[in-house]
Formats: sequence, structure tokens, C-alpha cells
Amino acid sequence: MADLFAGLSTSHVPAIGAAIDLGKTREPYWQPVFQGYEFAKRWIDEAKPDVLILVYNDHATAFSQELIPTFALGCAAQFPIADEGWGPRPVPVVEGHPEMAAHLAQSLILEEFDMTIVNTMDVDHGLTVPLSLVYGQRQAWPCKVIPLAVNVIQYPPPTANRCYRLGQAIGRAVASYPEKLRVMVWGTGGMSHQLQGPRVGLINKAFDQRFLDLLIDDPEALTRITPLEFLRESGSEGIELVMWLIMRGALSAKVKTLQRFYHVPASNTAVGHLILECQSPGGRAVQ
Amino acid sequence: MRVPQPYDDIPGTTVFDAERSRQGYHLNQFCMSLMKPENRAAFKANEAECLKAWPMSEEQRQRVLARDWNGMIALGGNIYFLAKLFSADGKSFQHVAAIMTGSTQEAYAQMMLNGGRNPDGNRSLSEWKNRG
Repeated sequence: MADLFAGLSTSHVPAIGAAIDLGKTREPYWQPVFQGYEFAKRWIDEAKPDVLILVYNDHATAFSQELIPTFALGCAAQFPIADEGWGPRPVPVVEGHPEMAAHLAQSLILEEFDMTIVNTMDVDHGLTVPLSLVYGQRQAWPCKVIPLAVNVIQYPPPTANRCYRLGQAIGRAVASYPEKLRVMVWGTGGMSHQLQGPRVGLINKAFDQRFLDLLIDDPEALTRITPLEFLRESGSEGIELVMWLIMRGALSAKVKTLQRFYHVPASNTAVGHLILECQSPGGRAVQ
Repeated sequence: MRVPQPYDDIPGTTVFDAERSRQGYHLNQFCMSLMKPENRAAFKANEAECLKAWPMSEEQRQRVLARDWNGMIALGGNIYFLAKLFSADGKSFQHVAAIMTGSTQEAYAQMMLNGGRNPDGNRSLSEWKNRG
């Protein structure tokens, strides 16, 4: 049986990817950001997940306005690195896990989550920056990745509650996958930030810290945050935080916090990062 | 006619909802086209001519030409699509952020270093009424 043993969350700021690619991680501006990921870089080599279910959002890269899926599950064998307008990031191609992805798609749809199945998709910084932050610069990513792209660009994104319930269903689907694999779910994006209009640059440290507290110990409380509250309190782009609830929903009810990090700013964004270890097999406690 | 929304009360913020997505469709799809080098070259060679090929409103075209970022957002532009336009111009996000908030790039960058814009006083239009 596949074992969903831990979750990880992190912001996916594009400038972080550029700092890695251009060798700027030791510069005074960036050093405080990257030191928050030193633990993850050591830990991941011992934890050795075989498969990541990586929840992120596409930033007008693979999806234009022609097609706006709320939940898009990447079922391909490979996901090329997108050219976001200045050439693809110099990172390895992302290898998928089509067999587990097919199982997830089937399980989730039967649980009444109407997933969009994507068999061809370039992946942008939303997916690759978290990989770079945790795995650093490598010739190949040491695990398979199942991308789960969530629409958070056109309002409304799926609600916090819907995302949490989807995470729970993902936990159950992983638990019913017969192959012995070590699986993690990553939730990316956030934390508070606003990228548009005269209110651009909004950062809400109190909201973010409370979100981290509750995500660990009382995620059900976060499912009651309305879209309006996210927009007002965490900024128009901070609403990406709903994706962290997919990660959390997939884990056991009780989790152990292995890492908690928060820093302002990276470019225009508050950076948050957690590693949470399941205290009982992920997905089963929620059945 | 636009249906009033509770988030219309958030100051300095234009929520990219279904109605604005509809309004900004061709503007945003034009911006998306700039991800391809040949389209960037065609746009740079003759901006006004290039824009005529896209069935956006004349007002939207004028705001693209003027690089009126808040103006484009007001007519359905979304920042992730507009990013293709300012990237084609070789401009950074902070350059555009400063323009959107009526500041200088230095002052905006310093505000971020100081912890960003505080939510206090920035939650509701009523709090912005008496701003200078």
C-alpha cells in the first residue's frame, strides 16, 4: 500500500527561482529566505518520497483564458518546463506517475470531485520553484510528481472547505493504491500578498501566523474562512492559500511539525513553509 | 450590468471575477500572445497596428499603448497576463507595482523591505475616504 507519510507547504515566488538559477542565494537579500529551507534540503534526502502530489497554480502559462479548470490533475508521463517569456528555467523535466495519477483521477471523480484530466501540460514556476527550494539544483528530480493545478486566478477559486475535503479524498485515494510507495502532498503559493492595484504590496503577518497555527492544529477552523476574508485580509493573490488546505486535508488529523518558517519579504510576498509528518497513516484517519 | 459584489468594498483592489474575465478576454489573450518571440517582435515593430488584430475595445487598446496598468485592470486585465506585457517591455514587477500605487520604485521596494503594506487602514473603502 502507498504510504502518505508527510506534507510540505511553501510559497512559490518566481523571484526565488530566479535567485536560485542566477546563483544569488547567498546575497544578503536572499540569504534569510533560503536559510529557512536548509532543514528541508537535509530532511528530504532521508525521507525519500517516491511520489509527490504537488498542488500549485498555473500563472497564465499552460492555461490561457481559453480554458480555466478549477482542479486539473496532471496524468502525463512527463511535464516539460514552461517558457514563461524569458526562456524555460534551467531545471530538469518533471517526470509524472501516470498509473497513480489515473488511480487518483478515478477515485476522486467517484468521490464527486469533478477533476479535469490533463495529458499534456507545461509546468511553470508555481510547480518548479518549490522543487528547487527543497531539492536544490540537480541533474534530475529524484521523485515522480503528479501536478494538481488549481485555478486561483479567476475569482472564485474553490473554497477553503472544498479544498480541504479534496485533500481528504486524496488521502483516501493514496491509501487505496496497492503499490508500496512513499507519498507526500505539497501545497504551494501564498502567503499574504497582493500584486495589483493601489493596494499592491499588502502583507498581513498576523493573518499568516494564525493560518500557520490553525493549519497545524485545527485545520477545520480554516475551512470557514470565506473568499471575501482571504481577499480582504491576505490580499487578492493571498487567496492562493486555499491550496495549502488540500495538502493538510490529505494528512492525518494529528501531525508533528518538523519545520515552520516565515519571512517577509521575497519580492512582493510573505514566504511561509511547513513540513508536517503524519501521526497515523495519512488519509485513513479521515474515513 | 455589473452585479454589486461584497469585495467591491476592498480599496485599491479589482477582483478578477467572471464578469471582468469576460470583459478582458481579448486584452488578456493579446498579452498571452507576447510569450512567443515572433509576436513580441511584431508588437514592438508597430504596437498600434498589432493591437488592431485583436478585437478588444478602443479604450483597452489606448490603455495598452499608454501602459496604464490600473486602467487595463479596470477594463478586465489580469496582472498575470499583464505581466507578459511588462516583461516584453523589459520592466520588473516592482516598476509596475510602484506605478499602480502612485509611488516610486525605490519607495515601493523599501515598503516591502519594511514588512509590506499594513492591512490596518486598508481593509475597507471607508478607511480610504479621508486619504490625502
